Amino acid sequence: MNAKQKDVVATIAINVIVATVVGILFFLLAYILISGLPHVSWSFLTGTTDSFSGAGGIGVQLFNSFYLLILTMLISIPISLGAGIYLAEYAKDNWRTHLIRSAIEVLSSLPSVVVGLFGFLLFVVQFKIGFSVISGAIALTFFNLPLLTRNIEESLSAVPRNQREAGLSLGMSKWKTEIGIILPVALPGIVTGIVLSAGRVFGEAAALIYTAGQSAPVTNFADWNPMDAASPLNPLRPAETLAVHIWKVNTEGLASNAAQLSAAASAVLIIAVLLFNLGARVLGNYLYRRVTASK
Amino acid sequence: MLKQYSFEKTAVQSFADNVPLALRTENLQVFYGANHAMHDANLAFPKNQITALIGASGSGKSTYLRSLNRMNDGIATVTGKIWYHDVDINEPDVNIYEIRRHIGMVFQRPNPFAKSIRENIIYALRAEGIKDKQVLAQRVEESLKGAALWDEVKDTLDKSALALSGGQQQRLCIARSIAMQPDVLLLDEPCSALDPISTVKVEETLAQLREKYTIIIVTHNMQQASRISSQCAFFHLGHVMEYTPTAKMFSDPQIPVTQDYISGSFG
Repeated sequence: MNAKQKDVVATIAINVIVATVVGILFFLLAYILISGLPHVSWSFLTGTTDSFSGAGGIGVQLFNSFYLLILTMLISIPISLGAGIYLAEYAKDNWRTHLIRSAIEVLSSLPSVVVGLFGFLLFVVQFKIGFSVISGAIALTFFNLPLLTRNIEESLSAVPRNQREAGLSLGMSKWKTEIGIILPVALPGIVTGIVLSAGRVFGEAAALIYTAGQSAPVTNFADWNPMDAASPLNPLRPAETLAVHIWKVNTEGLASNAAQLSAAASAVLIIAVLLFNLGARVLGNYLYRRVTASK
Repeated sequence: MLKQYSFEKTAVQSFADNVPLALRTENLQVFYGANHAMHDANLAFPKNQITALIGASGSGKSTYLRSLNRMNDGIATVTGKIWYHDVDINEPDVNIYEIRRHIGMVFQRPNPFAKSIRENIIYALRAEGIKDKQVLAQRVEESLKGAALWDEVKDTLDKSALALSGGQQQRLCIARSIAMQPDVLLLDEPCSALDPISTVKVEETLAQLREKYTIIIVTHNMQQASRISSQCAFFHLGHVMEYTPTAKMFSDPQIPVTQDYISGSFG
């Protein structure tokens, strides 16, 4: 085979592989949407679940998923931002830094069931917080931190060194340069990382079964005082998420239409993840344009 | 094979007491770990003149330049004294951020921030605490005029600086430095990434800036050094070998190594 033929073969092979991946993805997506969407209705999206059979709407679960996601991000973004900035800019290249990096890698490969059981023992039982949104959010933070930290570190490291020199040469402090100059340039990469980890959080079930719990008590959506027990914003109430609900309906659901229920919930879950990704990207691009004055 | 030259025989000028100096180094040495990159540099830079630092790659000229505004902090060990307004700014307790506002720097590759042209200039000023919009607008105009960029960008100040050409970006970096109203401007091969036309523009800009600033420029390009500088220092393997008025260096070099370098029969 000459170089030209090799190139043709390689190009065909690569195209076939890509087509396979895209094909599988589209098949999955289409299957879930087609089998689920016909069962989605307004009352399904907003209704409440019968706590015994698992039948009924998923309104509370849908809200719980978003609330848990936002709470998790509120906890994990500042921490991983600090850790990422430290690793990218301040950490010296020595054994201590290597140890931190290894620890982060180990943490990222921790099975989510283990994270969930750990959260259950520590927060739910030991700290007596009980099954709650906040327990779930902290467990998911453990889950999220390694991914986000590495992502932020890599995004920051990818910004050319001469940008840092420019900031320093103008008499700006390292910190000011980092926050004002480097971080905005790294923003698109960081947003991508946040979107990816949000998808993971949204779809996570195993870690939440033991921490956020499997019940979705009826909440009063007219009461937005986080201190009230019935308020949807109360972080101490148990909060079954959509992913947990799907798992529960499938394993112990007594409803006669359990299959349709879980198919519909799956379709809603996927659409919610897509919407969230889209929204995060639009927001990220908007912020990037604002801080960099690019088109 | 590189010819061996004696480091004992040097020709470094000093200035009479009545010549005002902007900056002076005394036995400045730089070490990268065990690597002794700069040996005892004793150079004085007269005010409002352009001094060129020339020499081959690895001669230590950029290393020396970066030591002058403490950009080597955390990268290399710098010993000796750097006298600026009767203060040794190489002392550890000196406020390096303050120093860098007085001694600005422009780098080899244009490195504008990923921000608008206006933000590039006022970002550091705001960080310093200047909030008055009129003052900031005035600084933007003055510094862009000083860098001979105003006419080209005055209508697009809010566009991204990254959309400018390489030469425009480099002049923006000069404008950004002079907006801090420094005394001294250090330029590290500012034209090496630019095409000849942009280079001419930057050189013209520097010739005008000489009236207000003391300029120290590292350059690979000997023609550039002879065109724009009044003093010229030749570096070789981490030693300052010769420092004389530029006209003298290029017509009558004092020692063999400089002669060989200038005539191109070096190494």
